[in-house]
Amino acid sequence: MDINELQPILEAIIYVAEDPVNPEQLKEIFPDESYETIETALRKLMDEFNSRPGGMVIREIAGGVRMTTRPEYHEHVRAYLKTKPGARLSMAALETLAVIAYRQPVTLAEILAIRGKKSSTALKTLLEKKLVAIVGRKHVVGRPILYGTSREFLVHFGLKDLSELPTLEEFAELAGEQH
Amino acid sequence: MTTEGVPASETGAGDSLTLTLRLEGFEGPLDLLLHLIKREEIDIWNIPIAQITEQYLQYLQVMKDLNINLAGEWLVMAATLIYIKSRMLLPPDPAGAAQEELVEDPRTELVYQLLEHQKFKNAAQMLYTRQEVENAVWNNPPREVMEEAREVVAVTLFGLLRAFHEIVKRFEERHVLQVDQEEISIEEKIADIRRLLLVRDTILFSSFFTEAPAKQHLIATFLAILELVRLREIWLYQKANFQEIHISKGKPSGETA
Repeated sequence: MDINELQPILEAIIYVAEDPVNPEQLKEIFPDESYETIETALRKLMDEFNSRPGGMVIREIAGGVRMTTRPEYHEHVRAYLKTKPGARLSMAALETLAVIAYRQPVTLAEILAIRGKKSSTALKTLLEKKLVAIVGRKHVVGRPILYGTSREFLVHFGLKDLSELPTLEEFAELAGEQH
Repeated sequence: MTTEGVPASETGAGDSLTLTLRLEGFEGPLDLLLHLIKREEIDIWNIPIAQITEQYLQYLQVMKDLNINLAGEWLVMAATLIYIKSRMLLPPDPAGAAQEELVEDPRTELVYQLLEHQKFKNAAQMLYTRQEVENAVWNNPPREVMEEAREVVAVTLFGLLRAFHEIVKRFEERHVLQVDQEEISIEEKIADIRRLLLVRDTILFSSFFTEAPAKQHLIATFLAILELVRLREIWLYQKANFQEIHISKGKPSGETA
């Protein structure tokens, strides 16, 4: 199939999708097309769709693509939907999440060492919200549980993948000149 | 949502009167120290430890006066500060003076801990901002998916055994020689599968077996999959009988929310 034929079909699929659509799913629908063709069509669709000044945007999230409204129109959309902003995570939970995201796989004891305070409540919240998952056990005495971020984490924070996070060094602030 | 306030009830005592105060956003001893360092515009590489210790203890006293249950880590930090202060007061060890380079500044470890903590605080701020943006966008709301659309066949144990048998056969055709085997436990395999399912919702059953170096790995993987099914962490389906088996996260559709 020609890329120009494929492109509007992909747009339609992305529109109806609940979750980010990944190339593997598209390949299932177009078994005769190569990944290369599918990805080229996706790229072209995104370039064209996102360059028009519309209210929607196609974004790369959690290894797939998703069509969402543009954030700058949130006030009006919210007024129409009559909703309030959703519950936010506390700073304690976000800090714990940051430690897990950058140090994964990580144990509770290691999180405590970095944050200098108990983190089990925050961790419980993160597990309940499925932003964090158990990824295994560390091969040390006591075999403590190792935690890592989940796919839901990528979706919740609009990340394409973990490599999209800035490096931790970019957050150095007080260090000034390292001596 | 609960915030971990200062009085994380370490003691567990004060039944109803546990005061849950959140002191201006600093929630742990490291946060308080960073706050003091910023407020006083202190060079982090040269912290006036006596001054900081005194201010830290003042805060601690205020919290005690307010009847706030102080978690253990606040007292541990107080002890650390006092220890560093006393080390700074000691005259340098004459034996160590000769090799001056090796005498470590007693503050160093704390400084690195503070710098590390600061980075994660900033990273948390970045996550907060991203969350704000994500809270301001909408995508298609979930719709009722017609059950037919997801029609799949649950895999029977026999189907599974047949598929496994195929895999073992193919493996034996490829590998005649068995090199010394690297031990692998079912637990490790379970962890591997869980890790894979973090990034993907469905995985082909056969893809788990492609890179196994020994037959023992095949068996460990197979048992790990059975265990995860038993724990209801995954389920197996195929589009029709005898077709490729897929592994999917969670419970069969219809049971999921």
